[in-house]
Order: sequence, then C-alpha cells, then structure tokens
Amino acid sequence: MNKIKCECGHVNPEGTVLCEACGKPIEGNQHIDGNDKKMLLNMRYEGTARRSQTYRKSFIDKVWSFFSSVKVGVWLIVVALVASMIGTLFPQSQFIPANATSRDPAIYYEDQFGLIGKIYYQLGFHEMYDSWWYLVLLGLIGVSLVICSLDRFIPLYKALRIQKPKRHETFLNRQRFYSETEKVSQEEIEQVKAKLKKQRYKITEENGHILAEKGRFSRWGPYVNHIGLIIILLAAILRTTPIMFTDEYVWVREGETIVIPGTKGEYYIENEQFLLEMHDPDDDRFRDAIASGGMVASNYQTDVVIYKAKQDIPGAEPELEPILDDSIQMNKPAKFDGYTLYQSGYQQNEFRSMTFKIHETNDEEATAIDSFTIDLFNPESEYILDSGFRVVLDQYYPDYYLTDEGVPASETNYPRNPAFVVVVYPPDASEPEVSFLGIGRNIDATGENDYKVAIQDFDTHYVSGLTLRVDRTLIFFGIGAAIFMIGVIQGMYWQHRRVWIHPKADGVLLAGHTNKNWFGLSKDIEKAIEQTNIKMVEDRQELDK
Amino acid sequence: MAVLVGALIFAIVTNLQKDNTVYRAGDQAPDFQLQQISDNNELETVRLSDLEGKGVMLNFWATWCKPCEAEMPYMQELYPEYKEKGVEIVAVSLDSTELVVDQFIDRYDLTFPIPHDRNGEIRDLYKVGPIPSTFFISPDGEIKDIVNGALTLDLLEGYLNEITPE
Repeated sequence: MNKIKCECGHVNPEGTVLCEACGKPIEGNQHIDGNDKKMLLNMRYEGTARRSQTYRKSFIDKVWSFFSSVKVGVWLIVVALVASMIGTLFPQSQFIPANATSRDPAIYYEDQFGLIGKIYYQLGFHEMYDSWWYLVLLGLIGVSLVICSLDRFIPLYKALRIQKPKRHETFLNRQRFYSETEKVSQEEIEQVKAKLKKQRYKITEENGHILAEKGRFSRWGPYVNHIGLIIILLAAILRTTPIMFTDEYVWVREGETIVIPGTKGEYYIENEQFLLEMHDPDDDRFRDAIASGGMVASNYQTDVVIYKAKQDIPGAEPELEPILDDSIQMNKPAKFDGYTLYQSGYQQNEFRSMTFKIHETNDEEATAIDSFTIDLFNPESEYILDSGFRVVLDQYYPDYYLTDEGVPASETNYPRNPAFVVVVYPPDASEPEVSFLGIGRNIDATGENDYKVAIQDFDTHYVSGLTLRVDRTLIFFGIGAAIFMIGVIQGMYWQHRRVWIHPKADGVLLAGHTNKNWFGLSKDIEKAIEQTNIKMVEDRQELDK
Repeated sequence: MAVLVGALIFAIVTNLQKDNTVYRAGDQAPDFQLQQISDNNELETVRLSDLEGKGVMLNFWATWCKPCEAEMPYMQELYPEYKEKGVEIVAVSLDSTELVVDQFIDRYDLTFPIPHDRNGEIRDLYKVGPIPSTFFISPDGEIKDIVNGALTLDLLEGYLNEITPE
C-alpha cells in the first residue's frame, strides 16, 4: 500500500484525491475526479480514496469496480423491472384458470396465446418469479447496492470525521463559494462566529481557523435508503421460500375434519357448517337491484374448528387438540399461529346421504315397505332392515359416468352424481334381485324384479373453499419501506453546509460548500457577515458545456 | 463486507431450502404410517420405516383415476415375483370411501398392501400432484425414481429391478 503523506502531516490511503484532513489536492491523483481540467474541486465523497477507483488489477478489484458503478446498478434494476413486467403479460402457471381446457402449462400457453404463448412457456416465463435467474437478478441488485454503498460510505465517513478546521489554501480558493478580505478585525470574526452559532452551525476552531458545519447527517441519507432497499430485496427473495410465504387452497366438506395442506400435517380443520345468506328481496334498499339482477349474496361464512395435531409419524391417527373456534367470512379470515385462512369459494349441491325405499314393483301407489339411508362418505356394504329385507351394496360410483366402452365408472372421488348397484334379498328368502340406482336412473337388471328400490330423500351439503396463507415477509417489506423513506427524507430535506474561515495576514479567506441548495447557504453566509467588512462570497459555479 | 457475504449466503441457503420441500430423486423418503385396508393382505398398518432393507414401490392411486386402474394389473402381475426378491409394493389409496376401494380390490384381486390416506395427509407430505404418481425407494430409504403418469409392464419391471436388494 502506497500511503500518501500530506504536508499537513496526515497520512492518506492510496488513491486519495483531496487530503482527508486539510483538503489539499494530492498531486498525481487529480485526474480521478476530473479536477485537473477545472478550476473548482470536485467535492463528491470529499475527494476520498474509493476502492473501486484505486485498485483495478485483480479479478476481485474488477468485480468490485463493476458492481460499485451506479450505472450498472441502474441497469440491473431496469432489467429486473422489465422481467417483472413480462411476467405479468400472461398468467403465471399457478394462476392458470381452473376452467381452462388444459391446465398443463405445456399445452395451456400455446393453446391460449398462440406462438407467443409457446415462446413464453419455453423461456420459462410462466414460473418467472420463482426462477433461479430472477432470484439471481435480485441478488445482483443487492450485491450492487451493498458494494456501491460500502465503496462510498466508508471513505466518506472517515474523511468527514477527521476533517480539520484548518484547510489548505488551495482547497479554499478552489471552492465554489469563495471570497478574500484584506483587513478583518478579531471582533468581526467573533461576531460572525456568534451569528453562525445562532443559525445552529457547529463551530470548531484550530489556531484561528474556523469550520462551521451543520446537517452532516443528511449525507447518510442515501446509505440509510440503501439499507431499506436491501431489506426489501431480502424479503422478496425470502418470499420464494415456504417458511416465509405459503399459499394453499383446501376444500372442506361440512362435517369433515382434514389436514390443512402446507402445514406439514400440524394442523387440522373441521368445517362445522357453511352459510350462504342472501340479501332480503323485501328490503327497500335492495328490492330494485334484486328484481333486475337476481339474488345477491350477503354473507359467505364457514364455521370452523382448527386443531393442532400431536402425531408421532405422518399418517398415524393424530391426537387433535382444538385451538381455535371461529367463523370465517369474506375479509374476516381466521388467524392462528402465523397462518391465515380466507374464505375463497364454495360448492353446493354435493350429496351427503340418500334415502331409498323398497316397494312392490306392481304397487302403483309405491307404498314403502321399508327404507334405508346410505351415507355417501361412509357407506356400509350391507343394510339389514327391520322388515327382514337385506340390501347389499355391490357397487358404488360416487360420481357416476359411463366410459366409452360402456362400463360404469366414477369420475371423481366426490358424490356429485352417486349411483349404486344394489342386491335386494327379500325376507321370504326368494332369489336376490339386482337393481341399478342413480339420479334419474332406476334400472331393473332382469326386468323381473318383484321389488323396486326408489330414491325417497336426499341430503346435500356445502363444500367450503379456503385459502391458507402464511406471509411472514410483509413486516419486512414494511420495515424496509419505512427505512427507505427515512433515508429519502434525511437526504432531501436537510443539507450538509460548511463554511471555512481561514485567517491570512490581517484578513481572511472565506469559503463555503453544500451538497445542495446553494442559495440557502449563501443566505446563511450573508446573515453571518452582516455589518462586517468581510466580503460576501462569490458564486463561481462552472457550468459544464 | 460481512453484510454483503451474509446477504449472499442467506439468499443461497434459502434457495437450497426451497428445493427440499418437494422430494426429488436422491432424497430420503419421508416416513409415514397408515392403516392398511385390503382384506387380501395381513398387514394392519403400513409404516415405511418398517420396510427398510426392502425396495419399496410407493404408488399413489384412486379408484376413479383411469390410468391408475390401467397399471394395477401390471403391479399385481409382478408383485408375487418381486415380493420374493425383497420388493414391497405399497399402493396408497387417495379415495375417501373405503367401500369403493374394497370393491376395486375385489375386482382386480390385488394382494399387495393398500394403505388408506383418508385425509390426504401423505399426499400432502409427498406433494403428489396429478395421479398416478409413483416413488421407487431403495432398500436404504432413498428415492431412486419418481414417475408421474401410468407405467407399462416393461417400464415397471425396469424400475423394480433397480430397487431390488442385492
């Protein structure tokens, strides 16, 4: 390391442009900030040695310099923004609508959006926000933010801490605000000091050299802001992990107790009942709307019990301990242990049980001899009736349909269209009779049955659709955004203003610097030197042409 | 510098964790225990860890799933032979109604154990999407292959050979 010793005695690190203590331009380094071509000094980062500008040889140096560039950072952000935009053009794979012809992404995108959709799918844009390259992009923005900040903040902080009131003359006369006064009395200087103090400047002195400074903390605004951004980025990256963010959907039937997916089998939910309530059509407020637009739901509600399961091993009969008894309504989710359950959908008219009666085939009144009820979720294989009849449930198709080969089958697990093959053993021990029963179907297998089985009654129930969500990242987004805002305010509404007074012979050199709002600084100086001989500073701004 | 390194490691670790939530070939198969409902099999419960030392074909199926139905006869055909060789076929039923499963077992004369995942817990544990879905687990409990979709007789035999103990 080639340390540079300034004539003021301070030892500066390699690559320093302006001495950290006295501000004297260091020979041979002036090209770094472009000071060699200008009259005024470039005061950005106080002319400190930035690693990115100093070391550029090794691989690490090059990586560091690359990421320390604000230009690179901005481009990374632009690329991430464009990618995020592209991701919203078509639905992401988890949002392919349930009623799509095919929910297979390989088919859906091409089918729905043609060639562009196919390209979209092949490039993996249908799972963009979870893709490795999107996360890497966010990571790179984070790296860029951290390196940008460290590269600037550390030397800046050091330089501002060790700056001395006594500055080199060249430093002063190459400031934008500058004046020289031939003859100034000590009283006048004291007066200026007092007035600066009154304007809440902090005064430090060294052998008659004066530094008046205020609002230094405004210089940290951008770095505070970056800390906020990094927290937001981390939250965004963490959101892709199931620990921090989970989104699951579960259908629960009335009376059913099932495991809640996405909770690792830890929680169970029981649907006690589902309520669908309508606005009253006799109510004056709603009458007209309902007459023209049909019934309007006023409430969707699921009364649930949440259980915590104690279980040695997944699948074993769990010990359920109720932890919450709640009614979930729209916008009124149930919350437990960091999980939130929202009311998100319902299905109606699913069958729960069916009651059949047995009567003599040639009885026109169809008077029931006896009846039996089949619980569609837990059917018995045999029903023995008081009248001596025995009914064997030979086949049960919860969601009956006829396959292309003409074979009866069930399309799903759920009793949406139940059908049965029953064998009826009459009490007189005559031949058993086979019937096929379904909604709107009653087929006598042989056409010679003495007894007929017919639907007498049925029960339906609701199925409630609930969304389970865990979002532990929201708080981090909130904190990040708050810190971001504090940084912005800090940097925007305060300015770092400095005034230097440098005694020379009988007079003084006066210089001022601020990071923004030069007009405000000039007003401050004007007030401070009122009624003294000291000349007002001259604004020597060089405009880049 | 430490902040930077910390941030990077954090991002990488969390991404690795993400991969662990869905089981892949090479992972240890998570243990479970379910009630066995086939009358043709003597087991009362099936616990995966009890089958250590045997190759396990863990099949997820349901009676209403046509491709599942299609591969059942193949599984039954190979079962006696591979049971001798130390491979167990475990066909987890995702049906909600036991009666329907019983009728299905009778129709195809299935003799391998059929555990009943009544409340979908094991389906959630293994993150099974569309069925049939089959995990081939080696004698030391490692998932060798995951097959989504129906198997043909040849394919099935190939996979079973892979998990047959030496």
